[in-house]
Amino acid sequence: MTGSFHWPTAVLVAGFGLLLGLAVLLLRRSRGRGFISATDRATYATLHTASLASQHLGDGLTAESAERAGRHLLSILGAHAVSITGGGTCLSWTGAGEHHRRLVEPLVERTMESGRTVAHRADAVACTDPLCPIRVAVTAPLVTDDLVVGTLTAWTENPSPGLTKATEEVAAWVSSQLALAELARTRNRVMEAELRALRAQISPHFIYNSLAAIASFVRTDPDRARELLLDFADFTRYALRTGGTFTTLAEELRNVERYLVLEQARFGDRLGVSLLVAPEVLPVSLPYLAVQPLVENAVRHGLAGKEGPGRVTITATDLGTEAEIAVEDDGVGTDPETVRAVLDGASTRDSVGLGNVDARLRQVYGDEFGLVVDTAPGAGTKVTFRVPKFAPGVHAQDRGWS
Amino acid sequence: MSQPLSLAAVVLVCVTTLVVGGFGLRLSRRTSDFYVAGRTVSPRLNASAIGGEYLSAASFLGVAGLVYGSGVEMLWIPVGYTLGYLVLLVMVAAPMRRSGAYTLPDFAEARLGSRAVRVVSSVLVVAIGWLYLVPQFQGAGLTLTLVTGAPPWVGGLVVMVVIALAVGAGGMRSITFVQAVQYWVKLTALAVPAFVLLFLWFRAGQPAPVVPPSWHEPLSNGSPDDHAVYRTASTVLALSLGTMGLPHVLVRYYTNPDGVGARRTTVTVLALLGMFYLLPPVYGALGRVVFPTLPDGVREDSIVLRLPGATLDGLGADLLSAMLAGGAFAAFLSTASGLAVSVTGVIDQEVLRPRLARITGGDATSILGFRYAAVLAVLLPYVLSRAIEPLGLATTVGLAFAVAAATFAPLIILGVWWRRLSTVGALAGVVVGAVTTTVALGTTMVRGDLGGWTGALLANPALWAVPLATATAVLVSLATPHRVPVSTARVLVRLHSPERVAPRRTRRD
Repeated sequence: MTGSFHWPTAVLVAGFGLLLGLAVLLLRRSRGRGFISATDRATYATLHTASLASQHLGDGLTAESAERAGRHLLSILGAHAVSITGGGTCLSWTGAGEHHRRLVEPLVERTMESGRTVAHRADAVACTDPLCPIRVAVTAPLVTDDLVVGTLTAWTENPSPGLTKATEEVAAWVSSQLALAELARTRNRVMEAELRALRAQISPHFIYNSLAAIASFVRTDPDRARELLLDFADFTRYALRTGGTFTTLAEELRNVERYLVLEQARFGDRLGVSLLVAPEVLPVSLPYLAVQPLVENAVRHGLAGKEGPGRVTITATDLGTEAEIAVEDDGVGTDPETVRAVLDGASTRDSVGLGNVDARLRQVYGDEFGLVVDTAPGAGTKVTFRVPKFAPGVHAQDRGWS
Repeated sequence: MSQPLSLAAVVLVCVTTLVVGGFGLRLSRRTSDFYVAGRTVSPRLNASAIGGEYLSAASFLGVAGLVYGSGVEMLWIPVGYTLGYLVLLVMVAAPMRRSGAYTLPDFAEARLGSRAVRVVSSVLVVAIGWLYLVPQFQGAGLTLTLVTGAPPWVGGLVVMVVIALAVGAGGMRSITFVQAVQYWVKLTALAVPAFVLLFLWFRAGQPAPVVPPSWHEPLSNGSPDDHAVYRTASTVLALSLGTMGLPHVLVRYYTNPDGVGARRTTVTVLALLGMFYLLPPVYGALGRVVFPTLPDGVREDSIVLRLPGATLDGLGADLLSAMLAGGAFAAFLSTASGLAVSVTGVIDQEVLRPRLARITGGDATSILGFRYAAVLAVLLPYVLSRAIEPLGLATTVGLAFAVAAATFAPLIILGVWWRRLSTVGALAGVVVGAVTTTVALGTTMVRGDLGGWTGALLANPALWAVPLATATAVLVSLATPHRVPVSTARVLVRLHSPERVAPRRTRRD
């Protein structure tokens, strides 16, 4: 057997080695936990359960979220069952004795009206089943914005002041989670409203200037005037379209071109444009109106104030799994602090565009995909952002609308 | 044997690749006029790019070597390489494009919405990419040894360093135009010497190749213990289903503007590959005329490179050899860079970037991670190419195809066409396919071909592993109906409905 290779032995040795390695790893992990006192451990366990429950409450008070969060709330309270109501109906029942579910709605009425914690005694619960562990209950209100939106009821065998207190505290904690969910919803609504505003915000100046520029060509160059009018019509149709959160880069750039044709009619030779676009990234999906506001910003704030000719450069580069898009102008530039204030939403300056594009990109792709702005007074401005070629849930809609 | 002209051609190809890698971005088209958005990559250009990236060392050298060695039954191999695109055209191209996925893991996530399937797919992409890179390095070693007499590890090392530098610089990321030119470079480099050699053959009075009868009678080769019919059928299945699972092919489809473009591209690829694959058998047959038996210490794979030197002498032979050596290196570099970019992308995105961000607290630039990933992507296959016994270029490539066919093909085809595919089912199918093919091929690689049915089944596992993986995916899916993704109906509608449903206007109305 010298020189040859005994196959079964090799497999056996390799398998054994693997098992040994796994055992060592597991042992090390269990040692790594160290010593924790029983109280601490209970505290950590409770905090952990609470954080699990809070994940489900992020969507607000629905049957599904109540059902999921209920399981964790039950283990925190240590009761036999937990029920949650919202909007006047019972959303979930977790734990034993589900035949009490029909009792929930009449029982919590007092809490809904008064907004106070109520302990129900055995006669109120009135169970006839001798094996049922549920004899008493405590109902606490769920409050957001001073309004009772629902209740949390803990069902158990023996009444205790501890349970009342615990239910009240847990209900208060759930209330704060619901308030957070409400906040997130509000933020989404604000974002949508801003997008609508951005759509409606084709600035009056732009419309006036475009029409005036077109008017100036009507006699001297009727063909060009007609072309410009058609561009104007297409531009407004794209910018004002309803529905569809995402579009392709090709579509967005086409609209930027229309916008720039109109601006060039007004600025003439003062506005130069360079496009450096890798054809590979044209099919990338991205939020609708993500590039055009940046270009408009470059023209309005960068070049309009500049004496002599200026140039806007739009670059789209292929980075493999991502595409990088940059809008650069050699205009007057801005103080970086001002830009920071705009991106933080602290400024009320009229460049809604920049902050809104930044917020939408972060919302869709995550915080690492926001706008990057390089600028200084007198040094021009460069706005860059990256877009992943694929992100779950991002699909350009309505591709062939024109 | 030292051939200065061939060496010059190899150096030229390497330097060009490095320059393109370093200055790649400058090669993007600069347009100061408008309507750039209309300039999407045309199907024809994209098809050339796919061809440029797809035709590897196996096609350029390996197929001719196999035909030379084993005879006309090996003609099935170029047929299989091309057939893959027919399967792609009919079943996958357009829906895949409409899914919006850039890589295979992206498709898995878009279709099944599962993190686990994504992770498994990513691991497989890296594994298949590595397996496919191995023969590229081996082919480079072989070519350089023949041209300069350097030891075999030098050629692979050169290709590895060039690729790591070019990819790490970020220039080789999907430069469609450059890859498209590569196709035509390879075609010319193989076609011109072929026609010259054919012309010389005609002038010499068309001597017939000296071959044993089994050479020109397909499937009659060797003993019945070889199971030639099974082996051939299994290889063709692996090649025709494996193409859709190759990481560097799929990313090119993203460049198409829509599903229709994806289909047009595939049709053009079929034509381009059909044209190219006419040439390697010519070398195989002419090889039999010039070398009735293989000289000692010469590998079949080098037959293409040796032919000009054996039929011509003087400057003519040097020029043709230089052309073939340059073309072969172009083949190694373009395929290897395409693979390395895909593998690097996956390693960077799934492994390194999250880790680096955590270790450095977000300070690491994304470029740094990408460079580490690029080095990782080429280093391991290079080591592997030195470690395993050279199996023959086309055979090693066949292994990569077999793994792809048993894992990604069921996932993609069921994902596109079957609405009851569940997350667990998809995962089970992929894992079964991966484990069975890896064990079978690993055994073959380490212990060589065992002969008999065992050897045939282990060396060509596609014919049993693909049905097994598919059956697993189907049965597990049927057993776990509650794990069918909720979004299935919505996703399938998107995959199968054309982008523009525009009524076609006829003249009558």
